[in-house]
Amino acid sequence: MGELKGIYALWYREVKVFTRERSRVISSIINPLLWFFIIGGGLGASVSFGSINYQTFIYPGILIQTALFSSIFFGVYIVWDKKIDFMKEVLVAPMNRTSIFVGKILGGSTDTLIQIIILLTIGVVFIATGVMSGINFNFFTIFVTIVFLYVTTVGLVSIGLILGSQMESPEGFQLIISFVIFPMFFLSGALFPINNLPSWLAPFILANPVTYAVDGVRGVLIGFSRFSLVYDFLIICIFSIIMILIGTYAFKKMKI
Amino acid sequence: MINIENLTKKFEKITAVDNINLQIKEGEIFGLLGPNGAGKTTTLLMLTTLKPPTSGTATINNFDIIKQPDMVRKSIGIVFQDPSSDEILTGYENLKLHGWLYDMPDDLREQRIIEVLDLVDLTNRKDDLVKKYSGGMRRRLELARGLMHHPKVLFLDEPTLGLDPQSREYIWKYIEKLSKEKNITIILTTHYMDEADKLCDRLAIIDSGKIVVIGSPKKLKKDLGGDIIRIKAEKLNIDALKKLTYVKNITNCDGEFCLTVEDANLNLQEILGIIGKVDSVEIRTPTLDDVFLHYTGRGIRESSSEGGWAEKAMHMRSK
Repeated sequence: MGELKGIYALWYREVKVFTRERSRVISSIINPLLWFFIIGGGLGASVSFGSINYQTFIYPGILIQTALFSSIFFGVYIVWDKKIDFMKEVLVAPMNRTSIFVGKILGGSTDTLIQIIILLTIGVVFIATGVMSGINFNFFTIFVTIVFLYVTTVGLVSIGLILGSQMESPEGFQLIISFVIFPMFFLSGALFPINNLPSWLAPFILANPVTYAVDGVRGVLIGFSRFSLVYDFLIICIFSIIMILIGTYAFKKMKI
Repeated sequence: MINIENLTKKFEKITAVDNINLQIKEGEIFGLLGPNGAGKTTTLLMLTTLKPPTSGTATINNFDIIKQPDMVRKSIGIVFQDPSSDEILTGYENLKLHGWLYDMPDDLREQRIIEVLDLVDLTNRKDDLVKKYSGGMRRRLELARGLMHHPKVLFLDEPTLGLDPQSREYIWKYIEKLSKEKNITIILTTHYMDEADKLCDRLAIIDSGKIVVIGSPKKLKKDLGGDIIRIKAEKLNIDALKKLTYVKNITNCDGEFCLTVEDANLNLQEILGIIGKVDSVEIRTPTLDDVFLHYTGRGIRESSSEGGWAEKAMHMRSK
């Protein structure tokens, strides 16, 4: 009971802070829309895959991109929590570290989920108004998309928390953007199909768990995928479970 | 209430806390006094289970900090040196969060929030975001938070660092009130001599990780054996002065001479006679600064490496 209340406290703090900072919510939505209109619109003018327009094609990729950036940033942010003493206030409470980790994951994944739901709503409006076409929105596809993205987000927040818990100062932030976030994004097939990859590139893409999240969501929303939905889902579940286990361990070992 | 045995913390090359032994009684306000980097905060972090000691241990409220960290954490409250409230939340929300983290029943939590807000005079600001608080108000909020779960022991790490004189007076008033009304054992670290002098029942002077001396401020000052005569002069005939039995000690303070003299008012004439021409003379009762100087051979100085608390509050993230 006590642990649950503590987890709830951490979740409450993250979500309250996130929703109170309107500018953060808005900027987290603007960036994906820029991708959609400028990259999607620009390339879409001359690129399409069969009957699928490029803009439509990258919409699922942009959903994942949002989840990827926002989750990992969130996790790595605890390095800042450690620098100010809020982390100590939490660590000195009679709560175990696993609960703290769980509370953080729930908080971070809820923040990301809020952004995803806003983007999905915008997507539905785009379809209804004809800005975008070829996306199959219904109760089932939206539900599966949210489940896919949520599971992926949990694993990604864990990666962020693992990195953040091992970092001493926020200076390493740039390295994480360059060596973790961008490679995971570019190697995920968010921006291009993964059916006919050059042989040197294929292993990298297939080793990236985010690839399967993109493939699954794209399969559900626009019927364009390489693997089956179940296979994609299985991989991201395994990915997230492994990250949670490593993260729990990293939190137990975390020094302040 | 607290029993520290051979507590030691080594970092790669330096020994931050060197074999500290200390007993602190229930209801006491105990001060750890020393310059920045003396090992005060490290000691506090070990006692609050946030850093493991290299060797030695301590018990708090009869619980061992290494073997029973959870029980220790339930027995203590702490106000950290750096701001640790969330500035995007209101004062009230920060306290509510704390109640949840300590698994307090809902009605008790709400009742305590009212109680502690009243204690630190923040009731009418409770629904303002913490980022709108002044440095002193934040400290008071954190003090309130540290008390909410009625800890047996309250740790205060530099409670008035970087605060303006008026806020310092306020904080001191609350600390004294707490100690009297709630009988909480309070351990505070400080490098302010006046703060230690005013608040502490007993204090330990710490220098380079070691306890140099322990005692009540009154006793420590009395032990010096007299008043301080500060003399500015070209030169001093130290050998002749040392022959006087009532001259207890002669030290160099900032290029002037400080003499510890028994019955200084009566003996000043003779001392001046020996010295001859002086530029200025000042007689005063000893302060903890003199005690510190006596035991460590140097004055306590604020190092510039550590920023003020309020200043850090300004740099707090706006997440």
